[in-house]
Amino acid sequence: MAKIVLDRMREGFTAGEIIETGSMHGNEWARVAPCAWRRVAEFLRDDPATQMNLFVDLTCVDRTPREPRFDVVLHLYSVEKKHRVRLYAGVAEKDPAIDTLVPVWPGANWFEREAFDMYGVRFAGHPDLRRILMYPEFQGYPLRKDYPKEKRQPLLRRLPGSV
Amino acid sequence: MADALPFSLGGNRRVVLGEVEVSDFDGDLPTEVMPLHMGPSHPAMHGTVRIALEVEGEKVKTADVQIGYLHRCFEKEAENATWTQIFPYTDRLNYVSPMLNNVGYALAVEKLLGIEDQVPERAQYIRVIVGEISRITDHLTCIAAGAMELAAFTVFFWLIKGREWLWELLEEVSGARLTHSYVRIGGVVADLPEGFSAKLREVLGKVRLAIADADKLLTRNKIFRDRMDGVGVIAKADAGAWGLTGPVARSTGLAYDVRKDHPYLVYDRFDFDVPVGSTGDNFDRYAVRLEEMAQSMRILEQALAEIPAGPVIVDDPRVALPQKHETYNTIEAMIAHFKLIMDGLHVPAGEVYSFTEGGNGELGFYIVSDGTGRPWKCRVRPPCFANLAILTKVLPGLFIADVVPTFGMINMIGGECDR
Repeated sequence: MAKIVLDRMREGFTAGEIIETGSMHGNEWARVAPCAWRRVAEFLRDDPATQMNLFVDLTCVDRTPREPRFDVVLHLYSVEKKHRVRLYAGVAEKDPAIDTLVPVWPGANWFEREAFDMYGVRFAGHPDLRRILMYPEFQGYPLRKDYPKEKRQPLLRRLPGSV
Repeated sequence: MADALPFSLGGNRRVVLGEVEVSDFDGDLPTEVMPLHMGPSHPAMHGTVRIALEVEGEKVKTADVQIGYLHRCFEKEAENATWTQIFPYTDRLNYVSPMLNNVGYALAVEKLLGIEDQVPERAQYIRVIVGEISRITDHLTCIAAGAMELAAFTVFFWLIKGREWLWELLEEVSGARLTHSYVRIGGVVADLPEGFSAKLREVLGKVRLAIADADKLLTRNKIFRDRMDGVGVIAKADAGAWGLTGPVARSTGLAYDVRKDHPYLVYDRFDFDVPVGSTGDNFDRYAVRLEEMAQSMRILEQALAEIPAGPVIVDDPRVALPQKHETYNTIEAMIAHFKLIMDGLHVPAGEVYSFTEGGNGELGFYIVSDGTGRPWKCRVRPPCFANLAILTKVLPGLFIADVVPTFGMINMIGGECDR
């Protein structure tokens, strides 16, 4: 259904920028090189054939032990064309950073803050990158796979036997 | 206070307040930007959000909306739970319409399993019925609480009474007033109770009257209109860029409703309209919700008339528990029951983004499965999260008193926003 989106992306960018595309369970997806992240987003928003004008979701997946460890995952939708697409960009564990999408869709602001809060991925150029669901004194990134579920925080009273 | 000079209105005198020299004929007193914290224990903030305002006199200059007070680690818990154990967590996302969350999650897992076409038709109709009842309770809550915060307490009581009748029905269906956990992967846990259709029709009649009463009290009420009309305006162009969906997006004229644009379950068989607003102000959001409840009732009546007989859960021992009498009397069913309870069901590796129309907009589940008995990642795309974020843009320029109805008509649900 959204094959045209993938075709348009392959036409507009080189094979090094759109690394891989595919379709799974009715969702079209594309893997984008992190250096082209912001340009691909702008292209999808402005291209008359794609018109991705509804920012749907931005999150992150910890794919440990794969390298690069994190995937930033973006979901977009076009209200006029009624098609959607999912974009991935790999981010390395050491100094995880990628371009912000706030100038493209202002709604990305809180979603990027949440990804930063939960996974520690930094969004370069984000106007206000601070924790959103956790409190500022929180240590670590809770949705990383190496963060133990039972871990206690310094601000909380330690229970006997806790990590 | 040695420097402070006496200050009185009237008389053409110049007075010195601090460093600023003013005349009391200039009208405006000198003001300076003052921080003002609304919430989290402000009655209109529902105890779940804090808005750090900077105000100049009565005008809001900047608004920093701070969430996270109701964060309960949904994703982290889901990564450590079996696929069926996640249902109770989904109840607690949007806790005024838990059935819609149940359905959204079940549909996502069914897509991963590849059984979305095998779910029995009766189960799909039941999902539509309980989902639309939940949508009505969601909108009733929003309008009732929003009106109460503007001092219309009568409306609150009348609408919450209507919500209670509907919840009593859902309690009869699922056994729990709020935390239903009624939907299962592959169907629903049990059939509707006897006499459900007649009871639902009767309750809908009563709820219709309650809504009509509220409509009479609010829609042409000058006090209500003055605080709603032209307040909190969101432009249609902003709606998409900020990721707004649901009634908030539709109030701006962005006609996007998942039920209409990408029908799931059996929504394509029903005749219903998608109301849209024109100005995107608070009143439009109220009016859209009011009309959506009427449309949900239309869907309910059609669903009740068309619902077929048959099983309510898929007949597949890898997904659904066998019938009780088989579990007790055959070894195969006994083993299937044991494996499902102890190991949970096994979902093949893959990724899916599945989306439904929740009470507040597009409720998405982005699930990554690695083929073990537990999800690798179970992400909720919460509609309120995006809807609330736009307040940082809408509130500056409004009066302090406008914050209350604007926040109320966004219908932020802490459980869903913070997860």
